[in-house]
Amino acid sequence: MSSIGTGYDLSASQFSPDGRVFQVEYAQKAVENSGTALGLRCKDGIVFAVEKIITSKLYERGANKRIFSIDTHAGVASAGLLADARAVVDVGRAEAANYRAEYGRPIPCKFLAERISSYHHAYTLYSAVRPFGCAIMIGVYDEDGPQMYLIDPSGMCHGYWGCAIGKAKQNAKTEIEKLKLKDMTCRELVKESAKIIYLVHDEVKDKMFEMELSWVCEESGGRHQFVPDALYKEAERHAKAALEEDSSDEDEEM
Amino acid sequence: MTDTRQLCVMMAGASLSGMFTPNLWSGGPAPGQLYNFPASKTQHDSKTHTMYPSTSGTSVVGLVYDGGVMLAADTLGSYGSLARFRNINRVFKVTNKAVLACSGDIADYQFIREVIEQKVRDDEIHGYTPELNAGALHCWLTRVLYNRRSKFDPLWLESVVAGYKGDKPFLGFVDKIGTAFEAKEVATGFGVHLAIPMIREAREKGNLTKDTARKLLVDCLKVLYYRDCRAHFKYQLADITPEGITIHDDLDLKQDTSWEVANFIRGYD
Repeated sequence: MSSIGTGYDLSASQFSPDGRVFQVEYAQKAVENSGTALGLRCKDGIVFAVEKIITSKLYERGANKRIFSIDTHAGVASAGLLADARAVVDVGRAEAANYRAEYGRPIPCKFLAERISSYHHAYTLYSAVRPFGCAIMIGVYDEDGPQMYLIDPSGMCHGYWGCAIGKAKQNAKTEIEKLKLKDMTCRELVKESAKIIYLVHDEVKDKMFEMELSWVCEESGGRHQFVPDALYKEAERHAKAALEEDSSDEDEEM
Repeated sequence: MTDTRQLCVMMAGASLSGMFTPNLWSGGPAPGQLYNFPASKTQHDSKTHTMYPSTSGTSVVGLVYDGGVMLAADTLGSYGSLARFRNINRVFKVTNKAVLACSGDIADYQFIREVIEQKVRDDEIHGYTPELNAGALHCWLTRVLYNRRSKFDPLWLESVVAGYKGDKPFLGFVDKIGTAFEAKEVATGFGVHLAIPMIREAREKGNLTKDTARKLLVDCLKVLYYRDCRAHFKYQLADITPEGITIHDDLDLKQDTSWEVANFIRGYD
């Protein structure tokens, strides 16, 4: 990186002469180093899938989750520094609780996303703080239907039908583009997203990983939850089978 | 939210704080602030006006029977002796293991209900799998109510917590000063005097099944409706069993009552 050593990357409150804020770009690098996470929106809900890379065999299964609930109707999947993501999620939870206390109804996704992205953005403005090294996808299913937003360390915030963050985001996005999201149901998407996670996982670089799958949809009663065990296993089987089929196709071609 | 603001205030505060001299008008009215004239009679001790209830609900009655817990309360919100709101629900399903019903100040009940609802949501989103059960809720309520009375700002409630604690049925009472106990039959208000003896008498006669328990509760409510001038004929009834909680709304005991006895009353006209 040409910026290193030029001195313009020491503070988030200083631009480089060509108009960049390097601290923010480094934070985005932290997100790109993390295991892949993807979010899919379809006609009846949102599905999140995360490839959680396991760095030690000694960890308990299910430890260090990267999918969180912000309110009963709102979920988050994160990529990047997990501790940063947790801090952001805590802020989101406070926002959601405040909104309920003030207005007596669940916080709308757009509002939540805007509040959290402003929070991210505030941390790119001052020299005394560093930007958050995490990106998060927020998914909500409420009376306005399913909605999903992606927030990156710079505080950018967009609504999506399908998005991916982390290591293999390019591959994952290519796979997502093949899906006809608007015609699919969450049940189908759980399987598809599991397949994508298994497909983009790099077995050479990261041996072990644990897949996290969550949804907020009609079927979960408008609640953000990890998918039921039976569906998780089914999705995992589907993903592994699809992967094997792919590799046997390749063998034939050779 | 606050953090962002604090951050901005921190940044801005350093340069602004020198601009104002706060003590220039010391003791007098300040811009943007309420001013109370020194000898004004409108000054109140801000705490004393929360020391009595305004709209209130009367008795709650609950009992443990063979295979569950049952609880009932009418739906009246009285404003003094005026039957002001006749359709106020004050039996509330907290989780699949706990029900809360309150008599006393309706506003305080609605306040504590919102706090509890948020607590339950927090438990869910943090992934704490054991649901808040009746024992835990009862214990928590004793702390909150006792703490508030210790600040001389009590929540004007007499509450009954019903449900399960582990696999055992639970029925408990907490009031506005934090007095708390568990019992097989619990009531608040006039129910203490009228309903509890009826339940104890019925229990002595034999076991309480689901049916007898429900009949007994309705009997209690009927007696309360006859005798307690703040009681009402519309009521809610909650039945808690290991399988789950059912709350029956919009029940009515008017057709089971007869006011013919009123004709025999002499000496008031």
